[in-house]
Amino acid sequence: MDRLRQHSSASARTRRAARTAIVDGALACALVALVCLSLCVGSVGTSPTEVVGLILQGPADSTASRIIWEIRLPRVASAVLLGGALSLSGYLLQTFFANPIADPFVLGISSGARLAVALVMIVVLGAQGVMGPWMAVAAALAGSLAAMGFVLAIARRVRTQSMLIVAGVMVGYLCSAATNFLIAFADDQSIVNLQNWSQGSFSGARWTDVAIIAVFVAASFAIVLALSKRLGAYQLGEGHARSVGVNVIGLRLAIVLMSSLLSACVVAFAGPVSFVGIAAPHIAKLALGSSRPLLVTPTSFLAGAVFCCGCDLIARTLFSPVELSVSAVTAVFGAPIVIALMLRKRSFR
Amino acid sequence: MSGGTMSTQAPALEIDHVAIGHSARPLVRDIDLVVHPGEVLVLIGPNGSGKTTLLRTIAGLLVPLAGTISICGTPAATMSPRDRARTVAALFTERPRTELLTCKDIVEAGRYPYTGRFGILGEKDEDEVKRCMEATGCWTYRDRDFAHMSDGQRQRALIARALCQQPRVLILDEPTSYLDIRAQLDMLGLLRRYARERNVAIIASLHDIGLAQKAADTVVCIHDGAADTQGSPAEVFCKPRIASLYGLEPTAYNDTFGSFELERAASAARVFVVAGGGTGATCFRTLQRASIPFAAGVLHRHDVDGMLADSLAAHVVYAKDLEPVDDDDIERAKEQIAHCEALICCPERFGTICACNAKLVEYARALGMPVYPTAEAYLAARPHRS
Repeated sequence: MDRLRQHSSASARTRRAARTAIVDGALACALVALVCLSLCVGSVGTSPTEVVGLILQGPADSTASRIIWEIRLPRVASAVLLGGALSLSGYLLQTFFANPIADPFVLGISSGARLAVALVMIVVLGAQGVMGPWMAVAAALAGSLAAMGFVLAIARRVRTQSMLIVAGVMVGYLCSAATNFLIAFADDQSIVNLQNWSQGSFSGARWTDVAIIAVFVAASFAIVLALSKRLGAYQLGEGHARSVGVNVIGLRLAIVLMSSLLSACVVAFAGPVSFVGIAAPHIAKLALGSSRPLLVTPTSFLAGAVFCCGCDLIARTLFSPVELSVSAVTAVFGAPIVIALMLRKRSFR
Repeated sequence: MSGGTMSTQAPALEIDHVAIGHSARPLVRDIDLVVHPGEVLVLIGPNGSGKTTLLRTIAGLLVPLAGTISICGTPAATMSPRDRARTVAALFTERPRTELLTCKDIVEAGRYPYTGRFGILGEKDEDEVKRCMEATGCWTYRDRDFAHMSDGQRQRALIARALCQQPRVLILDEPTSYLDIRAQLDMLGLLRRYARERNVAIIASLHDIGLAQKAADTVVCIHDGAADTQGSPAEVFCKPRIASLYGLEPTAYNDTFGSFELERAASAARVFVVAGGGTGATCFRTLQRASIPFAAGVLHRHDVDGMLADSLAAHVVYAKDLEPVDDDDIERAKEQIAHCEALICCPERFGTICACNAKLVEYARALGMPVYPTAEAYLAARPHRS
């Protein structure tokens, strides 16, 4: 310890840079491995060399090629992108509320989005229309923002961090109850659609969806990265942020919009997925040994992608051919992390 | 920034007819203040008088309800946030709750107005951070997790953060809170040196009147919605003013040392203490803690015992300044002794100037009154304790 302390600041910086590179590199390797595994494993087994061949060959008419190009690739791509999105959304909310266990699922924002999507889906399908991906995203965003507004209104009145979480959980329950009523009264065709989606799953992703997800997630990621300097100041308290010249109201608005958009994206395409938003940023911070936003943003995106990709793989292979909901798997891994966080934080009251 | 050249002409901070408050109703109105570069201005006043509100207003966290605030000759309202952050640094009493951030990370946050889009520090920034951390004495624990540091260490880091913002005006709300005595003195010494060497204007609020008296060039009292008492420490720190500012008995405050005493026992004296030359101070305090009212004499008003007795004794018999104790003083002291149950004689021998005090001891013995050498001896032998 003493020898460590004697290092000059320059070497402390290089140490940190090296640690970041190692962590990000390890996560990237894990992600590549999981993606490969996801492409190979399934009801029809495919060897890695075959997969590489099929991908290089481009979309073809064979069954094997179809399985890779039309089912597994879009599915794994959406799991990677949406996992990263969830993680970023959680990280933003944790920074916003200075609360380590805030995330879109716990605060009821996902449930709000789900309610809005269910509502729109029933209305549109009832009128024999087709629900496009854009419409789903728009509905989810409206729902997220409404739920977020509700949580913010409560947050102004509660002083403690745990009360904020309780309030969020209550908002989530209300929205879920409303969604369940809707499902109960919907007609048969809608129910099948809603049930599948509302459990949380990456199955059935199409390339058109993946393209939309990629646009939203890439844009959000860039914006969050650009905000990282301001997020760093905001992390040290609103007063400090304002005294160094941060427009705090603008920043807060940006955080709310970005986190709502990211979680809306996830809900629109995969339904509500629990706990990734807490677990992944936390793993990223611990691995980096730092919570500086510029470092944490990319790492937590990667961690979220790895987490979701891994959970999706487990969800579809563990009891194959029966597929679990991905939310059930993420909860199994994520909930213990949340409990550990609550126990470790003495300041969490 | 041309702050360096401007500061020689314009005051670093000028507040003109400013009213402050959180709502439309002002908390303090008509504040006029001028702080020159290199000067330390200290705000004093009771809790809730508006010290923090004024500091927050100067820092730009609150908008003044009326009047103008000028920084280095420029009206603050017209400055861009970045320019303002490069000219004014502020430290308030709320403490950041961090996780996994090192002490150095916290200090580096002060470079915010100087770094680029992603906030990455350059070589100049690194040098400034190191310099400020060394000056405040937190460089040795730069890699420690901020959340696991002691309150005093955190305070040093936060002050380093404010310093490395390289401000022309430095605003500090209770900068010495959380620090032990040694660290308080070090910190105020550092701030004074920093103000002088870097030509920075410091405006700070302090709860500790004693420290304020020693650290300030100018003192401003905020009280009852006004900030009209301003001046050098010598002008402001006089007994009646401080006492009325905090609603105290006038004698509870000693303006020579800037110290406060606990309230004296409020009834007629039961013991007479012969003291002088500092021999009685311990005795006075022991009696005061035991809530025993006492009289003291014959003392010189500017002797240490004389000053302390003024704050603590129920009655004091004073001799004329710089003159030997005379028979007239002795007679007055004897009247007091007559009403007491015991006498404590603190000095082991009497010097020429208070030689007559020996007569008081003889007088007490003649009355058959017990005479003790210390307060402890008296307390131990006290006949009826309740």
